[in-house]
Amino acid sequence: MAGAIDDPIYHARGLRKVYGKRCVLDVEALEVRRGEVLAIIGPNGAGKSTLLRLLNFLEPASSGDLTFLGQKAKYPVPLAMRRQVTMVFQRPILLHGSVWQNVAYPLRIRKIKAGGSIDDMLGKLELSALSETSVHELSGGEFQRVALARALVLRPRVLLLDEPAANLDPQNVEKIEAIIRTIRREGHTTVVLVTHRVEQARRLADRTALLIDGSFIEIAETTRFFTQSEDPRAAAFVQGQMIY
Amino acid sequence: MSPIEGTLLQLNSVAGAFWEIVALTFRVTGTATLISAALGIPAGALLGLSKFAGRRFIVTSIYTGMGLPPVVVGLAVYLTLSRSGPLGVMEWLFTPWAMVVAQVIISFPLVAGLTMTAIEALDPDLRLQLRSLGAGRRQEVAAMLGEAREGVVAAVVAGFGGIISEVGAAMLVGGNIESQTRVLSTAIVLETRRGFFGLALGLGGALLGMAFMVNFIFLRLQGRGRWPVR
Repeated sequence: MAGAIDDPIYHARGLRKVYGKRCVLDVEALEVRRGEVLAIIGPNGAGKSTLLRLLNFLEPASSGDLTFLGQKAKYPVPLAMRRQVTMVFQRPILLHGSVWQNVAYPLRIRKIKAGGSIDDMLGKLELSALSETSVHELSGGEFQRVALARALVLRPRVLLLDEPAANLDPQNVEKIEAIIRTIRREGHTTVVLVTHRVEQARRLADRTALLIDGSFIEIAETTRFFTQSEDPRAAAFVQGQMIY
Repeated sequence: MSPIEGTLLQLNSVAGAFWEIVALTFRVTGTATLISAALGIPAGALLGLSKFAGRRFIVTSIYTGMGLPPVVVGLAVYLTLSRSGPLGVMEWLFTPWAMVVAQVIISFPLVAGLTMTAIEALDPDLRLQLRSLGAGRRQEVAAMLGEAREGVVAAVVAGFGGIISEVGAAMLVGGNIESQTRVLSTAIVLETRRGFFGLALGLGGALLGMAFMVNFIFLRLQGRGRWPVR
């Protein structure tokens, strides 16, 4: 469900991130459309996670502009702006306590009492039976789904997913993907999905982008990306050939 | 008369004074522990979460403070609070407040240093995760202290342990004055010098019992969940 092209939720120009002398991200231009699922694929160290951290306002860019909903991100980014975006980390960290308490955390810090929405979210992610279970007793797939529930309970404007299905078995991958499809169908939340799984991008994304050495090689509608890549490196990546 | 009977007799004869000593020990050490925790936990969190100019110097000072000999602290507080000292005008020397000041100086570095270590031991991504979930600065620090609570409680326990049994500072700045500044540790020294070993042992047992009880309460706190169950 791709949103209006002329009304992007994010707009980045000349976005660069430099650590020491090493430039890990150099994005000439990027627009993320409202309500879309944008998949970002690429090899390790391509700058995918760094990009997500910038989009989540967790750290400032070294140079360039990032605009969110028409507002330029200036550090320190106001809490109200930050709170519209949330991320599920590749290796999510849950807090001590039960599943319910973890999913309640983002609401609690916003002083929102919404026990019903927590229960609904736990139901959607097939976690109701684990509601009172300590997070230390969860399996990998359950852990990841709790992290996803905790992010989604807020109904964020943007959900950033960093390898949400890494190291999961096919059954759990399917559950995670089903949730992403539901989010896409509902259209309220824009999703930026970083994944190593090329086929996952094909299954879930409206658009797919290939990031190599910190720069976007190609960004296109997913069908086009997978069938008519303009850049030979994108075509090679799709075909599973080594290109880096 | 057996040694045990002798001890019981001595304890009976000083029962009133004994409870007075126990109560004062609680008051002085409890107040000092509370003040150390109130100052040391935020200081430890700040040091564990921030990078700023002079941080390394402060951390080195705190680590040095963790090994401060109580008698040296007592001497410094004595000189500061003595009539000719810079804070002599407060007339705190040989009062429980002087003992509290000395004990806070001994305990604070332990609480701050160990809290800092506990915070630093957390996953560095936790802070980003909390921020990503929309936590403000204070909520971030509160959640991180909550996640490090085993270490934070251990820091307070260490702070308490460092002062409940110290003698040097308490003796120097309190003076071991009966009914005014006599606490368990100084009373033990006194009774040993007077040759009342049974009584000294009894007081020692009381000191151990008190330390055990307080640590038991701390450890109960350590295991408790942070949030009310819904």
